[in-house]
Amino acid sequence: MIHLRKTKTITTPIHRGQWYEIWHQLCKNKVAMVCLCYICLMVLVAIFADVITPYSYSEQDLSSAFQGPSLAHLMGTDNYGRDTFTRIIYGARTSLVVSAIACAFSVVIALILGSLVGFYGGRFDNIVMRILDVFNAIPGLLLAISISTAFGSGIFNTAIAISIGGIPALTRQLRASVLLAKDQEYIDAAKAFGASDAQIIWKHIIPNTLAPLIVQITMRLGDSILVISSLSFIGLGVQPPTPEWGNMLATAREYIRQSWSMLFFPGLAIGLSMLSFNLLGDGLRDAMDPRLRDR
Amino acid sequence: MAKYIIKRLLMIIPILAGVVVVVFTINYFSSGSPAFVYLGASATTESIAELEHEWGLDRPYIIQLLDYFRQIIFEQSLGTSYVYKVPVTELIMEKLGPTLVIGLSGSLISVVIGLILGVVAATHQYSGFDYGATFFAVLLNALPNFWVAMMLMYLFGLKLNLLPISGLGSPSHYIMPVIAVSLSPVAVITRMTRSSMLEVIRQDYIRTARGKGISERDVIFKHALKNALIPVVTVIGLIMGVSVTGTIIIETVFNIPGLGLLIKNSIASNDYSTIQGCILVCALIISLLTLLTDIIYAVIDPRIKAQYEGQSRKKRPQLQKGGAK
Repeated sequence: MIHLRKTKTITTPIHRGQWYEIWHQLCKNKVAMVCLCYICLMVLVAIFADVITPYSYSEQDLSSAFQGPSLAHLMGTDNYGRDTFTRIIYGARTSLVVSAIACAFSVVIALILGSLVGFYGGRFDNIVMRILDVFNAIPGLLLAISISTAFGSGIFNTAIAISIGGIPALTRQLRASVLLAKDQEYIDAAKAFGASDAQIIWKHIIPNTLAPLIVQITMRLGDSILVISSLSFIGLGVQPPTPEWGNMLATAREYIRQSWSMLFFPGLAIGLSMLSFNLLGDGLRDAMDPRLRDR
Repeated sequence: MAKYIIKRLLMIIPILAGVVVVVFTINYFSSGSPAFVYLGASATTESIAELEHEWGLDRPYIIQLLDYFRQIIFEQSLGTSYVYKVPVTELIMEKLGPTLVIGLSGSLISVVIGLILGVVAATHQYSGFDYGATFFAVLLNALPNFWVAMMLMYLFGLKLNLLPISGLGSPSHYIMPVIAVSLSPVAVITRMTRSSMLEVIRQDYIRTARGKGISERDVIFKHALKNALIPVVTVIGLIMGVSVTGTIIIETVFNIPGLGLLIKNSIASNDYSTIQGCILVCALIISLLTLLTDIIYAVIDPRIKAQYEGQSRKKRPQLQKGGAK
């Protein structure tokens, strides 16, 4: 096995490994780096929300309702006098947690399905792909709506509802990369060494499908944030008083005459996070594309 | 050509049947009881059990599923709404109009604008217009459409008082919803057209066409665009689906009495049969629109047409996704 790894690295001219190369390429892309910094900032802010925010996200103070942005309340206050900035930061926590669970779940299922289907092929492949075609015919948001109505709202249920919509595309992508990897010579070599199917899939095929998968995951994380907020906006998903950008917007819609800041900032938060995940995904794809190297 | 269309039509039947199974199964395992919703607060355990028995909800899963299929196929019925107490199909037919008008005009407008922006951006690569169009495409794709809709509503409806902000009465009621629905499709089509055009423009036959002395306009529109359209058309099918689902969210913003508002109200009142029906109808509309784009695709792409015209010719594997039967 060790011997095999060595022959693989010799084929690439620089002895620093694929991931170092990708990171090196990504560092050259300023837009992607800015987006990566924004995402890291968002994650840190979400983790340390209790330390950063000066107010409580649920404490009501009706005397200071509907205030515009000021030094005391950077993004104003909502209909109960709660600080919008605080709620947006806690909302980041909700959005990130839900979309991370959703992505993790769909990636695990897609990894299992995609690698088995791609590796063994045949009738099993046909059946699974036709079932996925059915799921593909229902747009992600509609599928999420129907699952959420059936199983109820809440963080975990929402995450599952969203993740199911992501499985078909991810499986399709993984199946394609597995099919590509399966016919390589190093797989034949591993077989000749007596490796079992499970070993081949886990040690040789899956590592070779990770690069395109990471691009997909980045994009999915951004899309999930949008679907979560759309669901919460129509009354599913994450329910108030848990702060979530979509349900904050739903409240803002009712008070659109009283306050613009309640409306403006949560949407901006969704837009910026979507934008940074999308652009980071684009950057990663470019960084992984050997045709675009050394420019 | 007819053979291709028939084949594609037959292919959506198993898909739609699968969609019915999926949606039915999701609802079957749902936590709420429709009988409770129907009876309201006055329900007792006995009356719920009685009603569930009357509706056949206590039968095994497979029997209920087959019965649902029988209902759809032979009675063209999607059941009765538990809240409004009228057939679901009636409710949906009543509300379908606005959703279709907004969704379809949104996609139409986005296709036209997206194609124009994409072609101009590609023919003026690295110009200010190109950077501007690409920037806006990235931006519009990232902004949530219901938020943009509310910002439009705030600006044009409340501050400037130019457009009505809710309901449907006059054509001007449609302006903001259609704009909001078409934003992200415009972004997708612009990016797709631009990259597809850029690829085609570099081909040898474009150089040949220029070399023959054909005017630049003819080169772009007759030679390049025709070939560049092929990948764009595949996206248009997706876009239609995005527009229809986008409309559902946008309707709740503008209080438009369409399918979206019906879904939202049914969610609030746990009206499962109506939600199930709405989702099936949406899936049907989207499948039909995808079918339509596949047919357009076949008309534009001579490679697909060729497969079905020469009977003696050996068939090649189909090009579009999920095409193999």
